[in-house]
Amino acid sequence: MSEKYIARSPAVAARRFDEEMMVMSSVDSTLFNLSEVAAVIWESADGQTPLSQIVRDQVCAVFDVAPDEAYRDAEAFVEDLARHGILLVSASPVQGSGSSAGEGAWA
Amino acid sequence: MGLMTELNAKALRLGIPLSVHLDLTYRCNERCEHCYLEHDDRGEMSLGEIRALLRDLADAGVFFLTLSGGEPLMRRDCFEIIESARALGFNVKLKTNAVMVREKEARRLRALGVEQVQISLYSHRPEVHDGITKLPGSLKRTLAGIRLLRSAGLKVTLANVLMPSNFKDSAGVRALAAEVGAHYTLDPTITPMMDGNTSVLRFRVPPKELRKVFEDPNLVGNVEEFCAPPPPVDDGAREGFPCSAGHTACYISPYGDLYPCVQFPLPCGNVRRQKFIDIWKDSQQLAEVRSIRGKDLPTCSSCAHLGTCTRCPGLAYMEGSMRGPSSADCEKSFVRTGITTAGMLARQAAGNPPPGLIQIESAQSPF
Repeated sequence: MSEKYIARSPAVAARRFDEEMMVMSSVDSTLFNLSEVAAVIWESADGQTPLSQIVRDQVCAVFDVAPDEAYRDAEAFVEDLARHGILLVSASPVQGSGSSAGEGAWA
Repeated sequence: MGLMTELNAKALRLGIPLSVHLDLTYRCNERCEHCYLEHDDRGEMSLGEIRALLRDLADAGVFFLTLSGGEPLMRRDCFEIIESARALGFNVKLKTNAVMVREKEARRLRALGVEQVQISLYSHRPEVHDGITKLPGSLKRTLAGIRLLRSAGLKVTLANVLMPSNFKDSAGVRALAAEVGAHYTLDPTITPMMDGNTSVLRFRVPPKELRKVFEDPNLVGNVEEFCAPPPPVDDGAREGFPCSAGHTACYISPYGDLYPCVQFPLPCGNVRRQKFIDIWKDSQQLAEVRSIRGKDLPTCSSCAHLGTCTRCPGLAYMEGSMRGPSSADCEKSFVRTGITTAGMLARQAAGNPPPGLIQIESAQSPF
């Protein structure tokens, strides 16, 4: 399995409401409503931590879900957001990222 | 239900101020003849104060942030403010006249992830646009700014405030918007000045001309539907509230005064003296605004237009009561449908007194 690194796009706005996360792209004004699990992945998308580690440490450690199933779902979620330019996906750590969620990694 | 509707409903249910309009300054490089502001600096919030406010707004759940003025780019720290706002995850919309936008500014706004830029454009003809802004060459500079913003990849909305002097130019502005790939909006609303001066109301489009706007399919879509008599008033209208002002949105002046809306100058508190969230949750004034329902309006509750009228509680407030009719909106409903409003009948019964505009005051005197 090749590793994936994910980073939040600088062209988005995000805010947490209750247990959900609202994310909006400034490119096409698409609004996304992330579930609690998706929000955890979003908040962990610092460009430095491998997706597999995010799933293991942030998802499986908190939510009752099997690791393989969680990773498959996370990959699908990441690909979907990447198609809309909300997340940036790379095979290696992304330079210039690393801020915590809500601090607009590259803003 | 669309996601945005769902988001609004959720914010309303949870009492979250989803949208805030923050004026960074009242200073401006233009002197538009219809403007409701006076442009002296009476003690604007500092960069540090604004950054602290932005953190409070983010903590309170504010998502949509409109930065405006005056001309916001008159502040030398405008980009630092925008950068701070974006770093806190706000969806930022900037309202500017674009006169000070050069390539560097356009690229910076794009790099910061500003959602959209709204620019007032009054005419495609320099003599008309510049005549309104009182700044020679302003149309040329604004258009140059618009093109640079579009080239940088930003979404631009051209806001066309309609007055007697530029009424015939809306098609020209629309064509300009199409040419540069900008969104076009038209607004016939002229607001009294912040000091209560009503002289600018002479710039309101007269009813006969307003009717032409309402009969233009390019502006209203289906004219027959838009101008149709109002449907019977239902429980939704009777139990509903007029707009998001004070419910999921509010306005903050450059001096920290908080109001329900930029067009609703009811002082609710000052963020220099109180935490934003404390004003939002505990202000008696906001509680009063939130308590208003269609069925509670002394005059408008019996009006056939209750369910379709755009009654602005802020304009009504400026005429004397936030629960009263707004004469400008009565006029729009009447011109649109030809059906007299309850507010018009009440005014006729009272001998047609002029609207009694109140003096608008700041929540505090900063100096």
